[in-house]
Amino acid sequence: MKGKLILENGIMFEGNCFGKISDTVGEVVFNTGMTGYQEILTDPSYYGQIVSMTYPLIGNYGINTDDSQSDSPKVRGFIIRERCLEPNNFRCEFNLDMYLKKNNIMAIEGIDTRHLTKVIRNAGTMKGLITTNNIEREDINKYFADFSNKSAVKEVTIKKIKTLGEGEQHVGILDFGIKNNIVNSFLYKGCKITIFPAFTAADKILNYKLDGIFLSNGPGDPSDLPEIIDNVKILIDKMPVTGICLGVQLIALALGCETTKMKFGHRGCNHPVKDLKTAKVTITSQNHGYMIKESSLTEDIEITHVNINDGTIEGIKHKYLPVMGVQYHPEACPGPHDSNIIFDDFMNMYKGAK
Amino acid sequence: MTLDTSIKKVLVIGSGPIVIGQAAEFDYSGTQACRALREEGIETILINSNPATIMTDKDIADKVYIEPLTVEFAEKIIAKERPDSVIAGMGGQTGLNLTVELYDKGILDKYNVKVIGTSVDSIKKGEDRELFKKTMNEIGEPIVDSEIVTDLDEGKEAAVRIGYPVIIRPAYTLGGSGGGIAGNENELTEILTKGLQLSMNKQVLIEKSIKGWKEIEYEVMRDKNGTCIAICNMENFDPVGVHTGDSIVVAPSQTLSDVEYQMLRTASIKIIDAIGIEGGCNVQLALNPDNFEYVVIEINPRVSRSSALASKATGYPIAKVAAKIALGYTLDEIKNSVTEKTYAAFEPSLDYVVLKIPKWPFDKFFYADRILGTKMMATGEVMAIGNNFEAALLKAVRSLEIKQYNLYSNKAAGKSISELKAIIQNPDDERLFYIAELIRRGYRIDRIAELTKIDEFFLHKISNIVNEEEKLRKIKIELLDDKWLKKLKKIGFSDRGIADLIGSGPNDIYNLRMKFNIKAVYKMVDTCSGEFEAISPYYYSTYDEYDEVQTSDKKKILVIGSGPIRIGQGVEFDYCSVHCIFALQKCGVETIIINNNPETVSTDFDIADKLYFEPLTEEDVLNIVEKEHPDGVILQFGGQTAIKLANFFKEKNIPILGTNPEQIDAAEDREKFDAILESLNIKRPIGKAVLNLNDGIKAADQVGYPVLVRPSYVLGGQGMEVTYTREELVTYLENAFKSSKNPVLIDKYLVGREIEVDAICDGEDILIPGIMEHLERAGIHSGDSIAIYPPKNLSSYTKLKLEEITKKIAKSLKSIGMINIQFVEYKDELYVIEVNPRSSRTVPYISKVTKVPMIELATRVMLGEKLKDMRYGTGLYKESSLTAVKVPVFSTQKLTGVEVSLGPEMKSTGEVLGIGRTYFEALYKGFIAAGLKIPDKSKKILATIRDADKENFKELAFKLNMLGYKIVATKNTAKHLNNAGIKAEVVNKVTEKTPNIIDFIKNGEIGLVIDIPTKANNSGTDGFKIRRTSVEASINVLTSLDTVAALVEVMESGISDGDGEADIYNISLGSHSGR
Repeated sequence: MKGKLILENGIMFEGNCFGKISDTVGEVVFNTGMTGYQEILTDPSYYGQIVSMTYPLIGNYGINTDDSQSDSPKVRGFIIRERCLEPNNFRCEFNLDMYLKKNNIMAIEGIDTRHLTKVIRNAGTMKGLITTNNIEREDINKYFADFSNKSAVKEVTIKKIKTLGEGEQHVGILDFGIKNNIVNSFLYKGCKITIFPAFTAADKILNYKLDGIFLSNGPGDPSDLPEIIDNVKILIDKMPVTGICLGVQLIALALGCETTKMKFGHRGCNHPVKDLKTAKVTITSQNHGYMIKESSLTEDIEITHVNINDGTIEGIKHKYLPVMGVQYHPEACPGPHDSNIIFDDFMNMYKGAK
Repeated sequence: MTLDTSIKKVLVIGSGPIVIGQAAEFDYSGTQACRALREEGIETILINSNPATIMTDKDIADKVYIEPLTVEFAEKIIAKERPDSVIAGMGGQTGLNLTVELYDKGILDKYNVKVIGTSVDSIKKGEDRELFKKTMNEIGEPIVDSEIVTDLDEGKEAAVRIGYPVIIRPAYTLGGSGGGIAGNENELTEILTKGLQLSMNKQVLIEKSIKGWKEIEYEVMRDKNGTCIAICNMENFDPVGVHTGDSIVVAPSQTLSDVEYQMLRTASIKIIDAIGIEGGCNVQLALNPDNFEYVVIEINPRVSRSSALASKATGYPIAKVAAKIALGYTLDEIKNSVTEKTYAAFEPSLDYVVLKIPKWPFDKFFYADRILGTKMMATGEVMAIGNNFEAALLKAVRSLEIKQYNLYSNKAAGKSISELKAIIQNPDDERLFYIAELIRRGYRIDRIAELTKIDEFFLHKISNIVNEEEKLRKIKIELLDDKWLKKLKKIGFSDRGIADLIGSGPNDIYNLRMKFNIKAVYKMVDTCSGEFEAISPYYYSTYDEYDEVQTSDKKKILVIGSGPIRIGQGVEFDYCSVHCIFALQKCGVETIIINNNPETVSTDFDIADKLYFEPLTEEDVLNIVEKEHPDGVILQFGGQTAIKLANFFKEKNIPILGTNPEQIDAAEDREKFDAILESLNIKRPIGKAVLNLNDGIKAADQVGYPVLVRPSYVLGGQGMEVTYTREELVTYLENAFKSSKNPVLIDKYLVGREIEVDAICDGEDILIPGIMEHLERAGIHSGDSIAIYPPKNLSSYTKLKLEEITKKIAKSLKSIGMINIQFVEYKDELYVIEVNPRSSRTVPYISKVTKVPMIELATRVMLGEKLKDMRYGTGLYKESSLTAVKVPVFSTQKLTGVEVSLGPEMKSTGEVLGIGRTYFEALYKGFIAAGLKIPDKSKKILATIRDADKENFKELAFKLNMLGYKIVATKNTAKHLNNAGIKAEVVNKVTEKTPNIIDFIKNGEIGLVIDIPTKANNSGTDGFKIRRTSVEASINVLTSLDTVAALVEVMESGISDGDGEADIYNISLGSHSGR
């Protein structure tokens, strides 16, 4: 069905809508990964966002039941250049259209995604609307004004405490919208994990006699989560704390640093990150629109990793406390697994604290 | 900065002549590497035997040695230049092997030369079968299971251990004969029994069959810190079973989920880390399409054909970065030259689809076995970029210059379904069109996938194209509306491709497009999918809304490239295109190049001011002209590919620089050209066009035998031939008229001395930098004969006459720029055989040895300068004090069923240059560089000579005897020699009892075969079998007595007795100031 993508700055793209046909508003971001659309669709960090894929052919290998990063797609909308009507792969169980339809996700194809990418690159991330209707400008503006993603973490976090796995170490995970492969990565290390809803009080967590806590990835602006930051402050004093993506941003905020919104963020599978200790560069998977502000770092914090492209902070650790985190996604899915070793560093930190 | 400051002088080893499997890609990577080294202020010494390359230019390296790529000559250069380092991975397998040899022989140690980049130990770990297997086992990466067996029972056990199906490969059989795939024990018994008989040492390899698995490649890089990145992954359209060089390849992979993509990427990185690569590496893997099982097929620890493709596909300059890594830099210290903001330590992200199709030589080699297998046969390739698969495919198809503008093939349409089914299971170069035809007939996609193992994803894409084609075939142009036409353009249809299907002309579609305002727009290849601002001026076309090209109002000129490497149009033309660009840039003109060959220097994004990676068809070029509005277009340097656009440009009023289209036409049209020659009183061999057998016989009687015959329109297989008797002529004509009603041209065949001249003309004056004399008498294609500069046997009078005739022709054709003329000197008279109103394949070599920058002068002339104002003068340029001999190189060994003997149809794929102070020194080095070794005296020389030449051979045979060689010959030849008192041993003919001539060749007793055939191209003859068996056993075969005589002369001169005699010459030295 004919439809359009209308951006906050008035730029409009025409295309064909598929999936669940129902107008949708979100923050438009682009991802440069050439594979992994299923993982992207289901990554809770994209909650509230309309994701545009820069790779033009999407859906080639269909959708399977193994690779999702959460129970359902989390994006607000999906923008692609061309969808594959005849996917083929030994694990292909759904085609993209049916999957999105069944999961109520609006998508649009036939878009000059390269041009869209350049618009976002130049003007920064902005809101967008995918619609099949002719909507007056005023109403569009109202759509945009009404859109808010402040409750994103609340929407995607686990509802009840859950314990998985067996092992000597017991790691607590604060779930802000955790990707399945982070859970799997910890389980693979042979530890017991307990997953807590995002807003679980610190006292309650402390009751669990954990070896450490892990702060997960998740959607939105970390500074929208003061309650959680306060909890983290308490936890940092009591036990080792590690984090990924939103998790490391919350660590930084809890340690008195600041975070800031990036112009258009890092979303893709090709981001070079340098480990300042070994000088080795690793290609990482990334998905973030906020970052730790370097000028706000306190003296106690050391930068461990930086992004080669733009010099932004990719990893920090506390000089004295067992606290560390990375901005990139060592759990991959999608993207390279080269930085998976960071989970060993996390585990060592939990062990060391014993 | 971690630049290793101990590196000051680096030896770069090139890849030598173009052969199948090693083509222009190494000129591209070598040139890029040399430029990267010089950027760092490192003195570079280059050795390469191939003169037709950019990398052997004085501007690319500090010192250039066009010398044989052998240990002996490399050592001489090392001894003279004393480089501190050598870089191994830039010159293909040849460069790698030579480096390892120099290392193993202790020469690198002796002169204190260190190998920079990937170390010799690492190279060996990657190249040596056993070491590689061991390394893979250590890191737990799966390789193809195999076992060597020596009897049937062992074989059965092994097959069970490995698991059926298995491939059976007998050791030491020629051309892999006697092998096969066994799906069960019965089949194994049958194939293995035969294989054990055939194998010379009764050894057979039983290997797990992965035929039909997906073939995936990763181009990976690693620096000394251990940082590893994957530049690009590529998926073969043709599954395992077809050599990747003969496969259609897509980048990035299309059918892999992230799990599979990352699994194979991780494996590739683990492998290069374990091997210890410092630079680039290619990893080939096979993936079971039904599960996650995979195996590592092989790695290439160097830059490769695939890395060139990956570089062009992504915009990431692999060779340049590899060179910087060799100098000690790490990936995060090297700037990404596309964005100039980011660094080389990242992985390119593509927002388009890249597709490569190989270019095969079967149009030249009509009788070749075209079934594709594990032995590569393509001479070159085309690449196309689109933002959907269909567009990339259709663009690539029309780039091939095989007269296909869509997937509809008449040949395929003429086959029955069962024929089509059979063909697609035994892939040949046209499989794509047969698959399309099966789909056209409504055959099920899943069944085609079953038969071919090609992924259904790809078949559906072909089906999308076929569906549109079928709709088009049923309609008239009036029904083609705005929306449909736009859709067709978006999925890559060309105007011509649409027009052919609906039965209109391409102009009709063009006009319709203009009416609907459907125009191509251009997108940038920027390595990062638009995430960062890029400055790379590298574009491809789409039919989107937004265009990314910014045009300037500066004076600009469009240069048309030469397309894929093929026999007759090789890397020489890329040399010319690139030099034209350099010359234009020197003149302050903005340069734009269009080309579709990923292997070349011209398609490197930092050569021209703008690069359009597009097909070289009329429409695709016109689109760019309409976008850029260049002040002129240059066609002369792009070979026939560019020249054939001349008339179209004229029609469209596009300004062409240099010789104008009417004159180009006059030179190429036989009648017009005859009239010109007549008016100038210049002779050419008399001839006639005939339409039937009787006229043909009459014409031949008139001009006198031998005659050169050829169809006026060349159809497959029926090429040029020299016929010596009426009988031969009748056979030829009968065949020719059976298959076509077109006239056949019959020319007097003059057995004289062939001479070739390249000249630059400005409309008034000409400059001939050098005259070349061909060693073989006329009748062998100029590209296949040995050419000598300066000429050895021409009188000053002849030279004056050559100059005079060249000037007359050039002036009369109003030539501006380059012209190439071929002459025969016959009984002291000069005859013109052919005129090419363009740059020819000898230009690079003559430019280098005469030091006249021919392309630069020709370009400046085209811009309006006059030769007399330039410092090289006019007329015949002074002769160089060095002699340079160009020796052709052939790839016939790799093309089953192809005739070896030389004739009027070109067969060579490449060339080398021998340079010497004397003719013999140059010739000797030319022979060595071309792989034509002086035969070992412990081996015999086999001679089979046609009757007409038996007498001429006597003297040569006598000399060979005197030089200490034993001659074996077939009965008649031997008898002839014996009668003259020359010793020759008789050998049984092919049809006689064993041991016969074939056994002799196979058992290694023969060092050289001299075979002068009566008639070529008949695979049934004994001679054909002898020649094929010999080349397949890597024994040199000479089929012209002139070449034999030259070889004998070289041996007699004594220069071949010790390499100490032959010196080396740095050709970057010397004056460039003209006379």
